[in-house]
Amino acid sequence: MIAELTTNERQTALVILLALAVTGLAMAIAGQGDPFGVHGALVMVVAIAGVFTVISGYYAPEPSDSRLDSYYDTPTKFGIVVAMIWAVIAMFVGDWVAWLLAYPNLTFDAAWSSFGRLRPVHTSGVIFGFGGNALIATSFYVMQRTSRARLPDQLSPWFVLLGYNLFCIVAATGYLMGVTQSKEYAEPEWYADIWLVIVWVAYFVLYLRTLARRKEPHIYVANWYYLAFILVVAMLHIVNNLAVPISWGSAKSYSLFSGVQDAMTEWWYGHNAVAFFLTSGFLGMLYYYMPKRAGRPIYSYRMSIISFWGITFFYMWAGSHHLHYTALPQWVQSLGMTFSVMLLIPSWVSAGNALMTLNGAWNKVRDDAVLRFMMVAAVFYGLTTFEGSFMAIRPVNSLSHYTDWTVGHVHAGALGWVAMITFGAIYASVPWLWKRETMYSPRLVEVHFWLALAGTVIYVFAMWNSGIIQGLMWRTYNESGTLAYSFVDSLVAMHPYYIARAVGGVFFLLGTAIGLYNIWMTIRTAPRAASELAADRPVLAGAPALQAGE
Amino acid sequence: MALDHDILVWFSKSFGLFYLLALSLIVLVYAYWPANRKPFERAANAILHDDDDKPYRG
Repeated sequence: MIAELTTNERQTALVILLALAVTGLAMAIAGQGDPFGVHGALVMVVAIAGVFTVISGYYAPEPSDSRLDSYYDTPTKFGIVVAMIWAVIAMFVGDWVAWLLAYPNLTFDAAWSSFGRLRPVHTSGVIFGFGGNALIATSFYVMQRTSRARLPDQLSPWFVLLGYNLFCIVAATGYLMGVTQSKEYAEPEWYADIWLVIVWVAYFVLYLRTLARRKEPHIYVANWYYLAFILVVAMLHIVNNLAVPISWGSAKSYSLFSGVQDAMTEWWYGHNAVAFFLTSGFLGMLYYYMPKRAGRPIYSYRMSIISFWGITFFYMWAGSHHLHYTALPQWVQSLGMTFSVMLLIPSWVSAGNALMTLNGAWNKVRDDAVLRFMMVAAVFYGLTTFEGSFMAIRPVNSLSHYTDWTVGHVHAGALGWVAMITFGAIYASVPWLWKRETMYSPRLVEVHFWLALAGTVIYVFAMWNSGIIQGLMWRTYNESGTLAYSFVDSLVAMHPYYIARAVGGVFFLLGTAIGLYNIWMTIRTAPRAASELAADRPVLAGAPALQAGE
Repeated sequence: MALDHDILVWFSKSFGLFYLLALSLIVLVYAYWPANRKPFERAANAILHDDDDKPYRG
């Protein structure tokens, strides 16, 4: 890795790492006796380890100019493996908290293992650890191919990836120590948030620099989605995390907003995190990997543009549907509801576009589990966006809100759509990246597919059942006009569904672990002779750009 | 000038409506503009035909 950096980049890396080590030291001193100090020490240790890594490779010969003849894929490879490791860890924690809900004694009386601390480890781990790394890794891959331009330098992709993972680690370890600003999906405290802004701006600049070097006149639509993801997440993250720390040596901060404004800001962020982190970026993945894998262009390029702008305009206003029947003004609730319903149009245009792309290639979907992952993702995307629009309607929300139906909805999206499209994209790219003919075991991809699908279906059905029962029990009145069931009654009724949900989670987790094993074995298997991989070879001068078989 | 609730509501319900209509119109015109048909088709097909898998060197 260090050998791939130029001498200038090695020096810059050292400067960055030394600055980080000093910052970590300052944090450790200022935050003695506070989790802030622990994080300072962590940052310092990581930075010093980085310094030693750079020094150990410092005198390696500089990379030759011939590197510019190929795409820079090492960061993508790293990101894919790290994403899968995060997936296994975070889904394990997710299943743990699922069992915890069925059997509350599983906390073993420790503070760090309580539900409130483990749950954000799960949510941040899957969304940011798994999803984020997969998005960054695939975006590097896609932006280079669609622009026909190599990344502008070797250092900034590493700064983005490693810096981002440092953020994820600080976040997860913080939760276990009880550090949280208690905003859902934005739990990390102020110092982690500031670090993420720095990393994210570097990511945005890197993307723009690559696009500026592009050979293709038109920017392929997948890049629009990735760029919307990067740009809007920056905006959301900065505004929602505006806060004042109680001191420079403390992890604790207070939000700039209070009361209903705070709630609205949080759910403006929260729902747009769903839109731009969990939808837009993954649609970017879909629009590149699905046509590529199916060997067919996207069904309608125009539809992909229209749905892009539809999603971008409409999602911005949908967040207030999280605050129906609260102190939020009624018109703002209605606005969120209306935009949520309208969102069904661009969402279904995207889902339909994906499925129509496969129309005529169903034999490939039948035979190829990788393409099937992407197909199921598009189906779940359609289902979940329909369900979401429906649940945002105020009277429906009065039944569904605060119940497990919401949890089921989120997981239909997260497991059925986000994870499935990611697995599809990863299984497609791994053989391409490591110059292998296929995955180590296509059979295990098949096993993973069915485990993931079974797990998702079990999970979602369990939560639909439990959510609707919960919602109905909470609104059933007896003849004297008081509630017919106590909260504990509804809790007892949930028990079997909680077990079913945790079992579904085991299926999904097993599939992911098998996926990681399969990817690892693919990497370790000796590559085929390069000449056999005609599809991934540079063309000789004068050879036609279009080769037989495509 | 204090930006009170009534002003905000008035602004959302007037400007908000028209700017979204205008944006929708611009997007539809852009997507269906006849001259854009070719570049779109080219872009949709280009990703399938990068068999050499190497960057452009200018």
